[in-house]
Amino acid sequence: MSIVVDSISKSYNSLKALNNISFDVKEGELFGLIGPDGAGKTTLFRILVTLLFADEGKASVAGLDLVEDYKTIRESVGYMPGRFSLYQDLTVEENLKFFATIFGTSIAENYDLIADIYVQIEPFKNRRAGKLSGGMKQKLALCCALIHKPTVLFLDEPTTGVDPVSRKEFWEMIKRLQQKGITILVSTPYMDEAALCDRIALIQDGSLLQIDTPEAIIKKYPKSIYNVSADNMYELIQRLKAYEYSHSVYPFGEYVHYTDKRTHVNTDELKRYLSGHSLANVSIDITEPTIEDAFMELAK
Amino acid sequence: MLPIIFVMPIVQLLILANAATFEIKNIKFAYLDNDRTPTSRALLEKFKASTYFNVLNVYTSGKEANSAMLNGDVDVVLNIPSYFERDLRKKKGNHLGLTINAIDGATAGVESVYVNQIIRNFNKNIRVDLMQASDQLPQQLNIASIPSFWYNETLNYKTFMVPGILVLLVTMITLFLSGMNIVREKEIGTLEQINVTPIRKKQFIIGKLFPFWVIGMGLLTIGLIIARLIFDIPIVGSLALMYAYTSVYIFVVLGIGLFISNYTDTQQQAMFIAWFFMVIFILMSGLFTPIESMPHWAQLITEFNPIKYFVEVMRMVMLKGSSFMDILPQFLKTLLYAFVMNGLAVWSYKKTN
Repeated sequence: MSIVVDSISKSYNSLKALNNISFDVKEGELFGLIGPDGAGKTTLFRILVTLLFADEGKASVAGLDLVEDYKTIRESVGYMPGRFSLYQDLTVEENLKFFATIFGTSIAENYDLIADIYVQIEPFKNRRAGKLSGGMKQKLALCCALIHKPTVLFLDEPTTGVDPVSRKEFWEMIKRLQQKGITILVSTPYMDEAALCDRIALIQDGSLLQIDTPEAIIKKYPKSIYNVSADNMYELIQRLKAYEYSHSVYPFGEYVHYTDKRTHVNTDELKRYLSGHSLANVSIDITEPTIEDAFMELAK
Repeated sequence: MLPIIFVMPIVQLLILANAATFEIKNIKFAYLDNDRTPTSRALLEKFKASTYFNVLNVYTSGKEANSAMLNGDVDVVLNIPSYFERDLRKKKGNHLGLTINAIDGATAGVESVYVNQIIRNFNKNIRVDLMQASDQLPQQLNIASIPSFWYNETLNYKTFMVPGILVLLVTMITLFLSGMNIVREKEIGTLEQINVTPIRKKQFIIGKLFPFWVIGMGLLTIGLIIARLIFDIPIVGSLALMYAYTSVYIFVVLGIGLFISNYTDTQQQAMFIAWFFMVIFILMSGLFTPIESMPHWAQLITEFNPIKYFVEVMRMVMLKGSSFMDILPQFLKTLLYAFVMNGLAVWSYKKTN
């Protein structure tokens, strides 16, 4: 086991940030922590990278106890905080050199690990880090987190505020790092990214809702989901919510995801109900549930 | 940033050393001459001849003079009574009316001394002039004291102030820079990244201290060059001793700065606290007001004021040529202070919270 978290709790004054969290991450696994803002993801990360003490519970990273062996842990984990936290007035190359030196290594020594990421920012190596674009900053931060060849990598919301193309690129990089045998714990508020992880933990308000593979989580979804659309979205949501058998109604792109209280749904009857309330162009189709649906259902 | 760090103190030194003097010049002087005799005119000539007084106005009535004083147009009004010359001859004495604007007590005190000095001189001469006809009076015994000002013969205020101001500049820059430093990293978030690295607390703090220490020493050098070349301040003592003391002293200030930085969350808070200490340190340093005249409890507080020691040492070494043995008490106290403050800085810097 690369990361073992055993009933960790943490409070900020009266606010319970983490409530009895337990999970473990296998060696070489890409584990995702999925949850909305304020769910406690960052707090958990900060505990696991020895920046914060947990109030209760135990945890180990790379087989080392969080409290007793914190010094060794710091040498063997890479941490990329959610907020860009490199020196903005140092250049790309200087930042990398600086962190390599602090870890007692050099860029050359571990260059093979960062090579395919670094080549992308190398043309800007004399530019100050503060002047880089969002995606470039993330790549540099990843390089700096990898420069000492960590066995476990913590990525706290690495794709927040990054454009869709860079996001995709970034996940490809993460996948490649995983193939090199690095255990990766990544957190994200984007449900679509969850499917890219080996296993995910859904977290909300400091509690874990479910831990499983993305496929299993989707499979466990108890209801059938319908894509409902009509010409007036707002009216549609209001009407669906008012429907007597309605279980859940969420806007989902151009559709509304609808589930019913009954196991067997008569779509024609629903269509008649909606059409009877001045909604035109009503279409109802059954669809596959997503992680987002699963999360919404669990968080209910 | 670096140019600002060096240009600012130089400008301050040039401005402050010329402006911050205790000498009172250009006193706005006015008089009422109700006598209009050669004697009264001779007295007024003395004032006109003095470089300290600007003779502005002649008033004809006390009312006029009073309203000018109320408006703040004049600082000192001398009222020469009618029959000044006659009474002086007859009664062998007379009274002059002197009104001084005492809104600033210290200035008024100095002005009063200046005026009295002129009148006393005049008095001595007039006695000789008026009394020579009737020399029945025995010659008065006169005890004259001739002061000799050691270490600053001409009582040049710049000689006295420049070392002190230099001290302030070195202290201010190093305290503010170090005080803002770690807290700045907290604000930008770089500290979080540093904290997960295996870097040791001691290494980190030393890495933070050293650049500012170099800047502090650089400032001292520039300040001394300016003091010597522009203000012509004598540097009697050993430069090596000054540098040795300063090198320890800067550690005290940096320790205080880093300690503040560790206990604050924003640069604003750090700046506020740094200013709080700075103002107390400056005003209780003995630079502007002598420590000896402070109440006893305040004197005890000044024992914890590093600037006090620095001012003392700089003045002693620069102007008096004191040796290491002379400044040993200050040196030891500063050294102890440096150890305590930096110990606290390392101790209070926590990599986890």
